[in-house]
Order: sequence, then C-alpha cells, then structure tokens
Amino acid sequence: MYDFSGVTRGIHEFLSGHFSPLGVTLWEMVIAGVVLLLSLVLIAFTLGYMERKVAAFMQLRLGPNRVGFRGTLQIVADTLKLLFKETFVPQAADKMLFNLAPIIMVVVTMLSLAPIPFTETLQFYDMNIGVFYVSAVTSIGVVGILMAGWSSNNKYSLLGAMRSGAQIVSYELSAGLSIIVIVALSGSMQFSEIVQSQANGWWIFKGHIPVWIAFVVFLIAGTAELNRAPFDMAEAESELTAGFHTEYPGMRFAMFLLAEYLNMFILAAIGATLFLGGWMPLHIGNLEGFNKVMDFIPPLVWFMGKTFLIVFIIMWFRWTFPRLRIDQLLTLEWKFLMPISLVNLILVALAVILGLHF
Amino acid sequence: MTIANFIFYLVSSMILVFGVLTISTRQLFRSAIYLLFSLINVAALFFLMDNEFLAAVQVVVYVGGIIVLILFSLFLTQQAGLKLPLPGLGRSMMAGLLSFFGFVLLFSLLLAASPEADENSFSAITMKEIGFGLLNFGKNGYVLPFEVVSILLLAAMIGAIAIAFKTKKE
Repeated sequence: MYDFSGVTRGIHEFLSGHFSPLGVTLWEMVIAGVVLLLSLVLIAFTLGYMERKVAAFMQLRLGPNRVGFRGTLQIVADTLKLLFKETFVPQAADKMLFNLAPIIMVVVTMLSLAPIPFTETLQFYDMNIGVFYVSAVTSIGVVGILMAGWSSNNKYSLLGAMRSGAQIVSYELSAGLSIIVIVALSGSMQFSEIVQSQANGWWIFKGHIPVWIAFVVFLIAGTAELNRAPFDMAEAESELTAGFHTEYPGMRFAMFLLAEYLNMFILAAIGATLFLGGWMPLHIGNLEGFNKVMDFIPPLVWFMGKTFLIVFIIMWFRWTFPRLRIDQLLTLEWKFLMPISLVNLILVALAVILGLHF
Repeated sequence: MTIANFIFYLVSSMILVFGVLTISTRQLFRSAIYLLFSLINVAALFFLMDNEFLAAVQVVVYVGGIIVLILFSLFLTQQAGLKLPLPGLGRSMMAGLLSFFGFVLLFSLLLAASPEADENSFSAITMKEIGFGLLNFGKNGYVLPFEVVSILLLAAMIGAIAIAFKTKKE
C-alpha cells in the first residue's frame, strides 16, 4: 500500500508517451539525479542539525536554538555563510589537484549510494554484487583525502592525509570481513536478496552471537573509516589544526563536510540493511496482530528509523570514548579486530554449513 | 552509432588520454592521479560489458590498493613536488623507438587474432558462478590456480611479517 512503484511507473508511462526510448532514459536519469541531489542535501542538513543537537544534549547544553523553530534553520544559515566566503587557493598549492580533491570525495559518496535499497521498489540500481560494489567504490575516497593532503602543501595536511590513508586501508579489512559474515549467511551479495532473506527475522536476531560480534566490529571499523572521533586521526584538531582540509575555505570545505555526513548516512544504511533487515518491518514469531500492526508502518519509515538509530550510535561514540593515538588505533585493528573477525568468519561458515542458524 | 558505442569510444579515449598524460606530465604526484583516472576508466569498460564483478575488482585492487600504495610511497619521497627534468635527446629517441615497435608488435598480434565477438553467447556472470568456478576441479574449474595463488599470497604475507618483525635488543 505504501509503494513507490506506482509513482515511478506513472512517470515512466508519461515519458514514454512523449519521447523516444533514448529520451525517456535520459529524462529518467535527470529526474533521478535531481531527486537524489535534493534528498542528499536534505539528509546532510538533517544529520548536521542532529549532530549538533546530540552533541549538545550529551554535554548538557541546548545546542542551536535561535534560527528557525528550535534552531532547525541553523544549518541553512551556516551553509549560506560558507557560500559567501572567499574561495582562495594557497599560492604554493598544486591548484588542479587542490580543486579536484573535494569533487572526488563527493562523487565517490554519491556513486556508493546507487545499490542501497530505500524500499523494495525505491532503489537506483540493484546489481548482482551490491555489497562488494559499495566497499569497492568507497575505497576510492581515500585517494581524495590523500590528494587534498598532498596538494595543500602544508605539513599538517600531509600528516593528516598519511594517517587517514593508513587508517582507512587497515580498517577496510575488518569492515569487509564483518560484511562477509552476512553475505555468507544470506548467500548473496545483492541487496534485494539480502533484505529478502530477513523476511522471517533480522540477521541480528537470527544469527546468534557471531552476528552480534560482526555488528560491533562493523560499527567500530565503520566509525574509523569515516574518520570520526574517537578515530579522528585525519583531522585531529588538537594536533594537526584540521588535518587534510586545513587549507580549504568556504564551499570547498563544505563539500568535505557534505561527503563526511553522506558517508555516515551510507555506512548506517548499509548497517541497517545487512544487520537490521533494511526496510523489513519487525515481526515477532506468530503474533499475527502485532505483525499486522508493524506492517502498517511504511517501509521507508522502517529504513530511515533503523538508519538514524545507527547514526545516533555513531554520534554517541564521539562523545563517550576518549580519542586513540595513531599507534593505538593501528594496534586495535591489527591485533584485536582483525583476528576476532577472522575467527568469527570461521564460526559463521561452520554455522552455515551445519545449518545452526534459524 | 548506438549510445553504448558512443560511451565505449568516450571511455576508451579517456583511458588513452589519461595514459598519455601519465607518462608526459613532469610532476610525479599528478602522474599517479592520471594513472588513477585511466584505471577507473578501465573499470568503466568492464561495467559497460555488464561484468560488474571484474569492474569492482579492478577498483578494489588497482585504485584502493596499488594507487594508494604509490601515493603513499610518493609521500615518503623527497622532492616529489618538484618538476622532473626533461630527458635527453638520446633517451627520448630510444623510448620513442621502443614504444613504436612495441605498438606495432601488439597491433599485428591483435589483427592476426581478432576474435569475432558473438553477441548471443555473451551473458553477465553472476557471483555464484565465479565462486563455483574458483573451487571446482571439473570443467571450467580453477581450483589449482586458486590454491597456488593463495600459497603465493601466504608466502608474501609471511615475508612481510618477517621483514617488519621487531628483533629483541641484546
């Protein structure tokens, strides 16, 4: 009943009546692009506001509360301020790479959104290798950070970029291994099939302890890949001013910020899809009445609710845990998370072969 | 010309342009970035052929692995930001001759082989087929190469650990 297939089919039929097949494809690409951009900006604004409010409440403050209703327009005001700022390039910087780096960051982020299923029918491209595609595309992001750090020609930027390179390359392993756990359980890399495999219960309920371990490892490794506190070695404002984006002013800085928030959203969306059942409503056993009530909540609300729950956990991390040093950070990955997730993967493989999960 | 043809020519010309830029720029770091774009366009070609798995592997291995490694080693190099000196006349002539003959050799080989593409036999390969192919010793099975490669990888990892191992102070 809450389905977007009617809307998309209507648009498709309307365009088919007016244009050639090529024109229809082009127009649909334009429409999808505009909708995507608008919703992404909206998501980034929401996350920015949420981050400031969550941070404020964790520190017993009120947070932004002057602009708009309870400060909701604060982020819009901040964006306007950034728009009006002068965008200069440092004299000794490599100008081409300096301008290219933020663009790469944003493009990579948008590319990795393609296979994520918002609802059953609201998905841009349901490809066979969905999960693998996302982890492949997000690995380009580190090149953007390295480029930004190098081309600024600033020692702080360079140090920040080097740290974040080491950090992201190491933590990709644990994140990948914890994703493979779910791939092994559901027997597919396609997002739609992974969600379908959770129709009778989310993996976090069905998969026993190994999936809980994988979920925790995924959250830790994901936070580290986002370069967020307590793993904010790339920015490290107390040691490196602002790390790799020290030299970036105005809108170019805003693009890094946009990429960071969207990456957070993507990470949370993948976590919600793999572990918490994506747009699948919560069903408990044979409680017919309860399941019917849960079915009334639209899938998009389920998806967004789960995603924002994980976003909230990631923001919670930031104000709860002390920051790590760079060597402690690498020790955590190589000496603890990696061995744990490898053993965990073997356990899951055994569980799948012996049919021990539900 | 269909739209797929147009995209094919666009992507392959990008590969060539960025490939030429990679070897013609005089700044090391930019050279690595042009190589990155060239390799990403190769991944785009795989996507165009509906071979998503190979495209993703191309991105993971070459972009996420090799290019990042190159950039890292450039960070540790002195004077990576300075312009490299132009090569001498003799050297550039030798390089030109070598690449010309290499091109002629490859091109003649390609012309001699030039397999006719059969559109009907082509289908997108799914993850499951690749997985079964890798661990299968029957027809179209690749279990022996797979195991040999994994032993090679294991040896490389042990070697890396042995090099990085801290020796105790005496």
